[in-house]
Amino acid sequence: MNAPLNISRRKFMQATAVVAGGLVIAFTIPYAKRFLLPGAEKSPAGGEAKLPAPNAFLRIDTDNTITVLLAHSEMGQSIWTTLPMLIAEELDADWSKIKVEHAPAAPQYAHTAYGLQITGGSSTTWSEFDRYRQVGALTRALLVNAAARQWGVAPSTIKTENGYALSGDKKLSYGELAEAAAKLEAPKSITLKEPQDWKIIGKATKRLDGPEKINGTAIFGQDIHFDGLLTAVVARPPVFGGSVKSFDASATQQIKGVHNVVQVPSGVAVIADNYWAAKQGRDALKVDWELGPNAKLDSQALLEEFRKLAATEGLTAAKAGDSKAALTKAAKTIEAEYSVPYLAHSPMEPLNCAVRIDKDGCEIWTGTQMQGTDQQAAAKILGIKPEQVKIHTVFLGGGFGRRANPVADFVAEAVQVAKAADATVKTVWSREDDVHGGYYRPMYLHKAKIGLDASGMPVAWEHTAVGQSIMLGTPFEAFQIKNGVDATSVEGVADSAYLKGIANHHVHLHSPKPGVPVLWWRSVGHSHSGFVMESLVDELAHVAGKDPVEYRRILLKEHPRHLAALNLAAEKAGWGTPSAAGIARGVAVHESFGSYVAQVAEVSVDKGTVKVHRVVCAIDCGLAVNPESLNAQMESAIAFGLGAALHSQISFKDGKVQQSNFHDYQVLRMNEMPKVEVYIVPSTEKMGGVGEPGVPPIAPAVTNAIFAATGKRIRTLPIGNQLTSA
Amino acid sequence: MVTLNINGKIEQLDAPEDMPILWALRDVAHLTGTKFGCGIAQCGACTVHLDGQAIRSCVTPISAAVGKRITTIEHISNDKVGQAVQAAWSEIDVVQCGYCQSGQIMAATALLAINKKPTDTDIDTAMSGNICRCGTYQRIRAAIHEAANKLA
Repeated sequence: MNAPLNISRRKFMQATAVVAGGLVIAFTIPYAKRFLLPGAEKSPAGGEAKLPAPNAFLRIDTDNTITVLLAHSEMGQSIWTTLPMLIAEELDADWSKIKVEHAPAAPQYAHTAYGLQITGGSSTTWSEFDRYRQVGALTRALLVNAAARQWGVAPSTIKTENGYALSGDKKLSYGELAEAAAKLEAPKSITLKEPQDWKIIGKATKRLDGPEKINGTAIFGQDIHFDGLLTAVVARPPVFGGSVKSFDASATQQIKGVHNVVQVPSGVAVIADNYWAAKQGRDALKVDWELGPNAKLDSQALLEEFRKLAATEGLTAAKAGDSKAALTKAAKTIEAEYSVPYLAHSPMEPLNCAVRIDKDGCEIWTGTQMQGTDQQAAAKILGIKPEQVKIHTVFLGGGFGRRANPVADFVAEAVQVAKAADATVKTVWSREDDVHGGYYRPMYLHKAKIGLDASGMPVAWEHTAVGQSIMLGTPFEAFQIKNGVDATSVEGVADSAYLKGIANHHVHLHSPKPGVPVLWWRSVGHSHSGFVMESLVDELAHVAGKDPVEYRRILLKEHPRHLAALNLAAEKAGWGTPSAAGIARGVAVHESFGSYVAQVAEVSVDKGTVKVHRVVCAIDCGLAVNPESLNAQMESAIAFGLGAALHSQISFKDGKVQQSNFHDYQVLRMNEMPKVEVYIVPSTEKMGGVGEPGVPPIAPAVTNAIFAATGKRIRTLPIGNQLTSA
Repeated sequence: MVTLNINGKIEQLDAPEDMPILWALRDVAHLTGTKFGCGIAQCGACTVHLDGQAIRSCVTPISAAVGKRITTIEHISNDKVGQAVQAAWSEIDVVQCGYCQSGQIMAATALLAINKKPTDTDIDTAMSGNICRCGTYQRIRAAIHEAANKLA
């Protein structure tokens, strides 16, 4: 039952006529509802004393166009469609009249749960589910009231449908009502629709950004051009933490089209008429680098250090009972070590950022997941106020976490270049710059010792994770790091459903600081913990002599959402029925970002070459607002995670990254894409995310299938040529 | 000045002869539908047609295009096959972030121009040079089959 929302008490919305002749719906979030982060708007004493100026979320123009402003960034996840669906549902809008824009950077567009303007954590849909529906419902109420006045009837007699208010034989379009509606007071309360009345929510809906992405007119950051805009490429140190000693730009200056060469904090920028001239200029540049403290960084040696650390007591991330004592009493024990490499996000669109600085402030055009942080970083560099920094968010050519940088690296650098060169510039990263540029998924090593009872069920679990903290030094540190333990380093382990059922368990964490910039990479800590936990459970099932699905069912008997996903995937995959000749099945189920995903992979191994033929995926994310984009996100996550599992790694030797481009930092290609089937668990449980939760299960589903096919347990990613060299 | 035929128009571009077609299109002619992804013919985001053949414009200098026809995503709807491919892309709702899709569509159109009924294996061979980090491969495959059916 949706209780009416009391508008006057919550003061979260108001209607304002900003566009001549149209209706603009604007609102603010009540402070009391926010989960404030350091750096976010400070809550005034007493909560709601003074709210900031509202910002627009919706405009209705007299031509019936309805423009929805997105507080989040479209990076492929289809939020450009899903958020408008929420508004259109409550508004009874004509879907064909919906237009979408990214909102500017402003505190009013802050994430409803995180308090910063950010797109991440697979959180957009659930965090906006109420806000965007409320905007739609409020707007509808205003339009109905405007029609009621015009017709001299009670608002309750008016129906709305497909962009029209209707009463008897009278009919007015929203565009015709917009101007009058803008002059009305916001209603005292609004009531949201009951789920059984939804016409749009829950229906597979095609992307609104499809047409422009098919005909080449969609504008990404890379595509920004206007008169006077120059292109810059930056020569950066070959080792993280390095710096410029000196540089010689004499050859660079000879390149036709090169305008200027300037030193910036991150390196030396070559500014030219176009990318080709700038790149050639950079190729001709001679820089003497101070390599700094990481000149000897070596990922093999670092892994050895991690291994030594794993043999020692770490900080306690989770503990119950006495696992050491219980291990001594166990009927059987297994011990295993798992490791995963550093990974680059490598979105298809290399990083870029256009900056214009003038007397009024600064304008920035880029594809970013974190406008608020970028805005603050730019303001700090230029010594101006954040509100003087205008950010134009354009389509992101993939994000995967790389475009949400807590130190705003690619935006700050572009501002530095524009400032140093006193020019309007767009920085463009080459693919090599991207692969070498850091902010990787951190390398992790996990070690576990698990004791089983006589029936093969786990009774003791000692687990140690070793890897860099992602949250350290970010705005999220205060609530993600407790007693030195970064929750994202052990998420999926410390809070594992499996461990909850084991009376004696202890999870240790070491967070070394080897100087590699690290960042959240699609599914964050779950990108390794899912692999580790689902592999370990598979190992246990084997030792116990039990079927991997049946074994998980026993362990997860208190966890209905895990079970629902697991059972649906197993059923649809035909688990327990014979598979085709040469094909083996593997299973994994993992909870992340509030959603529960199970996958069954069908895999063959021929002369050491792994082929994934089919992946059956089931998800319980609560309500699926747009099942079409949910399917697409599962396909996407499986491709993304499978490419990493099969091929991808960033390694270091003599301080330098050994990979440079897609030939040696390999990702999934068409010929490796399995047939993916997605099934959605019908669910009215709490909503979770969909952008990331499909990633964690794919690696273990595949490696568990490899074990079923070959008896070889893959404990190190990527799989690479481990099976050919065995 | 280099004279090029871009999308049926004769254009005089002030660009050095060794400039890759990609940058001449994007930075000189301001046709930004063709994308930069890797710069070394590894990802296919820059795929355009040169006299109807799919090429990687990031490694092909404009000197190689003199006297030939360059066709980009902006013009492909004028081609019957290109139009069918775009329609299939729309029907299957292929795109996600969309950045690689110009290149995917150009590669798929070139494939269907010479192979009216490609098998999955044909598609793998023709399309494995085009990376999509969003992993839209399954839908690309379906859309190519759909376009082939439409054209049959």
